[in-house]
Amino acid sequence: MKILVYIEQRENSIKKSSLEALSYANLLASSNNGEVVAVIIGGDLNNQLNELSKYGANKIIVCQDPKFEKYSSSAYSKILIDIIKKENANIIFLSATSLGKDLAPRLAAKLDAGLCSDCTSIVIENNDMIITRPVYAGKALIDVKLKSEIKIYTLRPNVFPLKEVTINAQKEEYKPELTDLDFISFVKEITLSKGKKDVAEADIIVTGGRGMKGPEHFHLIEELADLLGAAVGASRSVVDAGWRPHSEQVGQTGKTVSPTLYIACGVSGAIQHIAGMSSSKHIIAINKDKDAPIFQYADYGIVGDVFEVLPELIKELKVFLGK
Amino acid sequence: MKIAVCVSHVPDTTSKIIVGQDGKNIDPNGLTFIINPYDEFAVEEALRLKEKFTGEVVVLSVGKDFVKESIKKAYAMGVDKGIWIKTEAELDSHSTAKLLVEQLNIIKPDIILFGKQSIDYDSGQVGILVAEMLNIPSVSVVTKLEINDNKVSCEREIEGGKETVETKLPVVITAQKGLNEPRYPNLKGIMAAKSKPIQEVASTSVENKIEILKMKKPESKSKGRILGSDASAVKELINVLHNELKLV
Repeated sequence: MKILVYIEQRENSIKKSSLEALSYANLLASSNNGEVVAVIIGGDLNNQLNELSKYGANKIIVCQDPKFEKYSSSAYSKILIDIIKKENANIIFLSATSLGKDLAPRLAAKLDAGLCSDCTSIVIENNDMIITRPVYAGKALIDVKLKSEIKIYTLRPNVFPLKEVTINAQKEEYKPELTDLDFISFVKEITLSKGKKDVAEADIIVTGGRGMKGPEHFHLIEELADLLGAAVGASRSVVDAGWRPHSEQVGQTGKTVSPTLYIACGVSGAIQHIAGMSSSKHIIAINKDKDAPIFQYADYGIVGDVFEVLPELIKELKVFLGK
Repeated sequence: MKIAVCVSHVPDTTSKIIVGQDGKNIDPNGLTFIINPYDEFAVEEALRLKEKFTGEVVVLSVGKDFVKESIKKAYAMGVDKGIWIKTEAELDSHSTAKLLVEQLNIIKPDIILFGKQSIDYDSGQVGILVAEMLNIPSVSVVTKLEINDNKVSCEREIEGGKETVETKLPVVITAQKGLNEPRYPNLKGIMAAKSKPIQEVASTSVENKIEILKMKKPESKSKGRILGSDASAVKELINVLHNELKLV
């Protein structure tokens, strides 16, 4: 077993979810006589290699050039395919991020490999890798296995544990030979909303639903999210009403999330919403309707008016945190 | 401009999913099937491209008899031509892509549009697999599309923001909510769609790379704890956050 893990980085920082994938690759490899190769592609990576070497790679392949600063699906896939072939890797891990989900199918088509997207559990049984992944936005789960020689998996962020391991990783530079044609598709510009966390990556999410009664009340959600270092989420009806951007929508036709803590405020819990958040580790619901379906999924609930509970919660949290 | 758009037919978002008798697939009884919501954005964008550049829009769908309903929905919205690739088999993304590629190789479109994922298996693979199999570029999860001559500029959603991607025709685009507002078919369109012929194509043999072993429902949680019924419960909530969850 040779697992190759693609390590995603942006603006001089490695994605935590890539390190989760690497940690899990190490765990699988160490109990199955395997080996783990981490591959990182980017502009200037020297400041990131120290952190990367802490998560159990036996070998780190570094591919750096100012031309690789920003993502190019065509160039990155060519580089990875060359390295996968050179290394003879039979298992490929990527994190199921917007980049990982864009890149993985290109690798799969070129390598004639099976691809399993958004895995939430990977175990080895009788030499087969058995994957569990959500379908129908989490309304059901399927256990699957890949039948191809090379197998590719994207791992859902926030699901696999991060674990530091001391291994002396061998480092290797890789210089690909690319032509202009390999850059037929390229990212020209990245625009990030400053200081905002994304629901897909956040450890804690505070979501507002219809019960917030209007966009002008979302400052309560934002304030609570700020105090907890959380991302702001929104239900579909709130997005469809134009109160919040689609990038915040949680649920089927939005994002499926698995944070450590999900706080639903004024969210009734339509089946589409539940599908997208029920795999959160802990769920807190605040809603004045005691019969709201969300309470069937919540670990903790307050049956109360969000306009009374949220200001009080914000006030008390500030005191508690000394802010 | 030759425009292709590929659609799938899925249970609507309000569906309760029940595992079928084989233990590997859903029980379709009692479910309402619709055109995949993301594919509606793809169809709308295809129609707008045709309105802007002139040309023809062809819709393709792979599957059982009922996928023709989604082709008809696309007809009602204004698509010119439909191809149904017939199969009774349960196909994975790879097999679906292969069957589409056979037809797309004949059509040779300038642009091929998909939804960013179908809301049944949520894999988000088929569009990108098709692009790589055709050896053309792709941009996924697109919220804005501009075409000038053969230059393509797209905005795509990424974590915490967006990125602008540039590439060239021919290209595969997968559509995200926000790309446009799909039109409602008018009565004339719906009536015309009923009698409009659909080209049927037999599928060639393909081999899945994914084997489904089991489908199951997520484990239900044990009953949660109600902390209170007004703002006085806030202290207990902070206690939970601090002592039980250790998050603050």
